[in-house]
Amino acid sequence: MSTTSINLSLEIWRQKDSKAKGDFETYKLTNISTDMSFLEMLDVLNEQLTREGSDPVAFDHDCREGICGMCGAVINGIAHGPEPETTLCQLHMRHFNEGDTLVIEPFRSRAFPIHKDLVTDRSALDRIIQAGGYVSVNTGGTPDGNSTPIPSATAELSMDAASCIGCGACVASCPNGAAMLFTGAKISQLSLLPQGQPERKERAMAMVTAMDKEGFGNCTNERECEAVCPKGISIRNIARMNREFVKASFF
Amino acid sequence: MELKSNVPEGPLAEKWDNHRFTSKLVNPANRRKHSIIVIGTGLAGASASATLAEQGYEVKTFCIQDSPRRAHSIAAQGGINAAKNYQNDGDSIQRLFYDTIKGGDFRSREANVYRLAQVSNNIIDQCVAQGVPFAREYGGTLANRSFGGAQVSRTFYARGQTGQQLLLGAYSALSRQIKTGKVTMHTRKEMMELVLVDGKARGIVTRDIITGKLETYSADAVILATGGYGNAYFLSTNAMASNVTAAWRAHKKGAGFANPCFVQIHPTCIPVHGSFQSKLTLMSESLRNDGRVWVPTKPGDTRRPGSIPEDERDYYLESKYPGFGNLVPRDVASRNAKEQCDEGKGVGTTNLAVYLDFAEAISRDGEATILRKYGNLFQMYEKITDSNPLREPMMIYPAVHYTMGGLWVDYNLMTTIPGLFAIGECNFSDHGANRLGASALMQGLADGYFIIGTSIASYLGSTKQDAVDSDHPQFSDAKKQVQGRIDKLLDCNESGPDGKLTVDEIHKELGLLLWDHCGMARNKEGLEKALTELPAIQEKFWNNVYIPGTGEELNQSLERAGRLADFLEFAEIMILDALNREESCGCHLREESQTEDNEAKRDDAGYSHVAVWEYQGDRGAPKLHKEQLLFENVTPSQRSYK
Ligand SMILES: Cc1cc2nc3c(=O)[nH]c(=O)nc-3n(C[C@H](O)[C@H](O)[C@H](O)COP(=O)(O)OP(=O)(O)OC[C@H]3O[C@@H](n4cnc5c(N)ncnc54)[C@H](O)[C@@H]3O)c2cc1C
Ligand code: FES
Repeated sequence: MSTTSINLSLEIWRQKDSKAKGDFETYKLTNISTDMSFLEMLDVLNEQLTREGSDPVAFDHDCREGICGMCGAVINGIAHGPEPETTLCQLHMRHFNEGDTLVIEPFRSRAFPIHKDLVTDRSALDRIIQAGGYVSVNTGGTPDGNSTPIPSATAELSMDAASCIGCGACVASCPNGAAMLFTGAKISQLSLLPQGQPERKERAMAMVTAMDKEGFGNCTNERECEAVCPKGISIRNIARMNREFVKASFF
Repeated sequence: MELKSNVPEGPLAEKWDNHRFTSKLVNPANRRKHSIIVIGTGLAGASASATLAEQGYEVKTFCIQDSPRRAHSIAAQGGINAAKNYQNDGDSIQRLFYDTIKGGDFRSREANVYRLAQVSNNIIDQCVAQGVPFAREYGGTLANRSFGGAQVSRTFYARGQTGQQLLLGAYSALSRQIKTGKVTMHTRKEMMELVLVDGKARGIVTRDIITGKLETYSADAVILATGGYGNAYFLSTNAMASNVTAAWRAHKKGAGFANPCFVQIHPTCIPVHGSFQSKLTLMSESLRNDGRVWVPTKPGDTRRPGSIPEDERDYYLESKYPGFGNLVPRDVASRNAKEQCDEGKGVGTTNLAVYLDFAEAISRDGEATILRKYGNLFQMYEKITDSNPLREPMMIYPAVHYTMGGLWVDYNLMTTIPGLFAIGECNFSDHGANRLGASALMQGLADGYFIIGTSIASYLGSTKQDAVDSDHPQFSDAKKQVQGRIDKLLDCNESGPDGKLTVDEIHKELGLLLWDHCGMARNKEGLEKALTELPAIQEKFWNNVYIPGTGEELNQSLERAGRLADFLEFAEIMILDALNREESCGCHLREESQTEDNEAKRDDAGYSHVAVWEYQGDRGAPKLHKEQLLFENVTPSQRSYK
């Protein structure tokens, strides 16, 4: 582990609340250890701003382990920054160079209004799940876990889709603001498993309809979502969703 | 304060059945007339909310994060236990019960732990039915792995993301109830106060994190599912927002707090690398199966590990514990690592780390085998530290991980406040003085899916209550108190930031005090010192903290300050509890209570009890009550790892 320090210039989107206009502000940071995570670098900035009596930059985060999906911002045009399959909280400063300028913006999308600075409202994603992203079983009275064998390969494929952390980077990076990767991942996870079969059609219809209603755009195969997804969710899930939707509509 | 455990009559294995049979019920048509507040959407809160809504109650659920799916439970990695005995290796409900109670060093209640083992199997069935993609064998049956403290293979898992998958399962059930309208979900709302009417829990005061608006909500019962308090130490493996606020507010309104000093410190975490560090990352302890722990024999040796010859390395676990070697339990491994570093033999830039070396395993089994076992962990380690464990030994250090202590609850998971229940990590109930791996997920889901429904019905079915809404004066009073506290926090702002401290600076100071004196090894002198030093930190906070901004906006500094204010008060009972428990047990070594060869010595005659603290107002010293633990089905035995 070789620790060095770098100096950075940050251009950060500052917006007081959802109604304010917002603009970029420039901040200089010196002596940033390259062992820091990106969020720790923002912590240092915020401590500095606090000591100066200015308003710290608001940003969402919780687990800081790349699993809760709470963090996220666009760094120099890339959601979650330049490292592939890495959330912002797991991105380390050693991937930047002395003197770099970093432009830091919130995840932008019609469906994600900005609350403040880098904090956005992603509740539209929850509403897509509420529309049908579940198996309708009540607690209790379920059969023994081993009563329906599931081939290991199928379980793994379902797990690939289920790994989605719901961060919204896919939406923020899509030129159309589509939530297809997110929705496709949930539809895939359940349609691959025997437990998901009874409601397969209704689920696809309801979730796709909810997605449209929330103002998310359509997929035109730009593949930007897949490129930024911190969990490497494949766009094959979008194809699977489209098939499910078509089947549900016509058969 | 009366501690009635309300353990049902009958033989251990029949208590839960007897209890369900004799408990009061609420007629399905009447359930919709009852509203229930659930705070928290981790495994415990999400599963409870969904289940109660399915049963017909009106549920109001709250969480801090922007989505219920992001609760701290999402980060759990290893797995969840159940007594399915799918591997035919001799597991049973009795064995899971015994392992859990022994793992907790005989400091938990038999009846609760037995019930946990009983419902463990239902949890797996439930999650499978929800579409949780557990790992499978080639033939399609569920796969298991083994985990610390057990000789059977009973842990179910979904890659290294078991918590995520279980939480997404519970979140999907919750989402379905939100859709039906039976659950009203309030995200980004932090509970700031509990409201009692006629001595019963009837509601809460919340702060809207986006607007800062204070709001009140009323109900017929309140369930706390707010997680653990590991963040009292500042650095821990917990998520950043994990806190003690809800539990502490309840405590100040009369809920007993049990065993606050029982904190689990995990031996294999990525070490602290600088003062800017914000949290610690857990590395699975399965690594100790193949890694050898060592430090240089000479204090202050700064050579790179590869340049330190064999005879100048101290494989201290292997030499001290020839029987178990690197596989000694979590607490023993943690304590010894700290000891080595305290003696100046720690490695890395901060000297607060020990090596975990895979060189021998690699030369024995080959790189491919080691990578197959630990590839993803090695990758994660390299991402954070920029060092490849195939080439250089890993560096590890213990970190605060889980809190066994929590709100005292009876068999029904009800606190000492009628109508206030506590489930998941925020109660004390099942893990005694030490929690076994893969048992927290089990407990959270057991409480939420399978236990709380019976408790709520029994409480509502047997308690007469007047209708109360949030216009009641108790609500406006509580709201005023919360506003007063926020104003007081922001008071220091007027004179500007000069000469003041930030919230995190003070939190780090508290963390260090607790880590040094109320961590894995404690002694009377250190604990007394901590008790005398605590008030100065509290004072510094209230007089000298600078919180930018106002209360009427999204203000993350204010959020953190509110949580720290409660940690600062709570720390007192943590230290008092540790001071009072003059025995070593579970996770903790009390230095005065050791065997001749420096092993932990439990004192069953003096301390076979749950220590429950009662709040005595701002000036009175907290009062200690004891719930004696009776062991009718197991015989407490002393641990030995020599
Ligand atoms: C890194 C890591 C790995 C782990 N791995 C495992 C494992 O493999 N197996 C295992 O069994 N256990 C594991 N654990 C432990 C386990 O994850 C936790 O004990 C468990 O998930 C706690 O669940 P919970 O529902 O009680 O609380 P949490 O998941 O902590 O949820 C708390 C909820 O309460 C809400 N909340 C808190 N305070 C307030 C407030 N004041 N107002 C409003 N809402 C509030 C939060 O928003 C959140 O929704 C691990 C823990 C960590 C840290
Ligand atoms: S903070 Fe949880 S994914 Fe980044």
